[in-house]
Amino acid sequence: MTTTRTFSSPLDLQSVRADFPILSRELAGGFPLVYLDSANSSQKPRQVVQAIEDHYLVHNANVARAMHQLGAEATAAYEGGRDKVAAFIGAPNRDEIVFTKNASEALNLAAHTLGASLKPGDVVVISEMEHHSNIVPWQLACERTGATLKWFGVTEDGRLDLSNIEELLTENTKVVALTWVSNALGTINPITEIATKAHAIGATVVVDASQAVPQFPVDVSTLGADILVFTGHKVVGPTGIGVLWGRYELLAELPPFLGGGEMIEVVRMTGSTYAPPPARFEAGTPPIAQAVGLGAAVDYLSGIGMDKIAAHEHAIVEYALEGLKTVPGLTLLGPTDATDHGGAISFALDGVHPHDVSTVLDTRGIAVRAGHHCARPVHERFGMQSSTRASFYLYTTPEEVDALVDGLGFVRSFFKVD
Amino acid sequence: MQLDSLYQEIILDHYRTPHHAGLADPYDVEVHHVNPSCGDEVTLRVELDGDTVKGVTHDSVGCSISQAATSVMSDLVIGKPVSEGMATYEKFLELMQGRGNVEPDEEVLEDGVAFAGVAQFPARVKCALLGWSAWRDATAQALAANEGVKNA
Repeated sequence: MTTTRTFSSPLDLQSVRADFPILSRELAGGFPLVYLDSANSSQKPRQVVQAIEDHYLVHNANVARAMHQLGAEATAAYEGGRDKVAAFIGAPNRDEIVFTKNASEALNLAAHTLGASLKPGDVVVISEMEHHSNIVPWQLACERTGATLKWFGVTEDGRLDLSNIEELLTENTKVVALTWVSNALGTINPITEIATKAHAIGATVVVDASQAVPQFPVDVSTLGADILVFTGHKVVGPTGIGVLWGRYELLAELPPFLGGGEMIEVVRMTGSTYAPPPARFEAGTPPIAQAVGLGAAVDYLSGIGMDKIAAHEHAIVEYALEGLKTVPGLTLLGPTDATDHGGAISFALDGVHPHDVSTVLDTRGIAVRAGHHCARPVHERFGMQSSTRASFYLYTTPEEVDALVDGLGFVRSFFKVD
Repeated sequence: MQLDSLYQEIILDHYRTPHHAGLADPYDVEVHHVNPSCGDEVTLRVELDGDTVKGVTHDSVGCSISQAATSVMSDLVIGKPVSEGMATYEKFLELMQGRGNVEPDEEVLEDGVAFAGVAQFPARVKCALLGWSAWRDATAQALAANEGVKNA
């Protein structure tokens, strides 16, 4: 069933893949690994792992509070990670980069601190296509404050439904929190257009860029967001570190999130004053080696070129959409063409549950995700309980997409749905 | 990883035509259990007659393993004393957690022995246990309610 469709990418895939040793692994049964789960977590190049190893083996100490030479080296390494991340996303000021545990913690930080000034009658607007981590923190903030949560819907073809934007964005709307790229549908949302309207009514715009920053060049200085978050492990970096970028004037107004060491100015028994951003939001020992690894990760991606990575993602998504459309009984969830489509494609296969699809593919070495991908509302929107998702990155080859398409043919014959 | 050991024909048969599917009246207790990591859901009703399981019906969405396991579980517990059903669960749990090293007892588990291969797919064990957890919960609630009636 392998087709001879055309594929052209600006990346030298063989040389990219040589940086990721895991991609040459063999799995049970002698099948080569076909890793199509990068929207869940990306693989790591040698350069990132070596930077982390070098930090731990040569420079390790605590940051800021350690006064010795190693402490200075560790501090420089940690703050160097902040500089690299700031440059990578076009932040005008390095102090606008706050390191968190992951994107979920960054969104909780945003919801908690912006939520501190919410009151009954205020409105927070999110969308039906959000990841649970951009739903639940706002539900909690609204429960705490009596504010109302409202939702952008999703159109039949998987795009954000902006037809009622005037009703959603009113003078009562204080926060608009949206995903840039849907982790389930792959949809790329028009953030700047919505942010312009949100700012016109005085709302703060929070963008979940967890699936965006890995895939295309990001420039927060022109995007229109007030806060943007993403996670390290999806940009070929380590787990255990997330990023919250916020406009400095906004961060400077926000109250602390977690209390502890390094986030204070003066602590007295009668009360404390707090450090300026970013330290105000980084209580306790931060993810030091992870910041070093994340710095190496964004260096790695910049070295290849985010514009080239974006072009590759687009080419592979286009190739995959064409291939998947040849599988009988397969229904795509979300946009069916590659325009404004991120590197994740979810689908249903008639007569076979996604878990069974994924288990059968797994026995052929093909790693995909099955379930609701932490985005249950959008599955409900399309009358589905779950789906199978294939997601791609800079190391994904057209041959791997062919293996998926062939594998789905095998799934259908195994479950006798032909 | 042997696919055929996971997807035995018995499992696929139960998946295609699950036994005791469709919620029926009367019943004592209805529960709704979900597998939050994957989204599988089961609604299950239990009717007891004293200490005997008189009826179990279910309505579920989920994969072949979870649907088939709920079907087999219903067959195994209906008409049996609650204590016997709970003992069967313990046997099934032991099989699921055995990583393929437990020899299933066909006398006790009947069609449930077909799930032996699931133990070698750690990610799928929770699928096989969803229906059982719903039945145990519903049955415990029904017993407690009956106890309450007796004491009232």
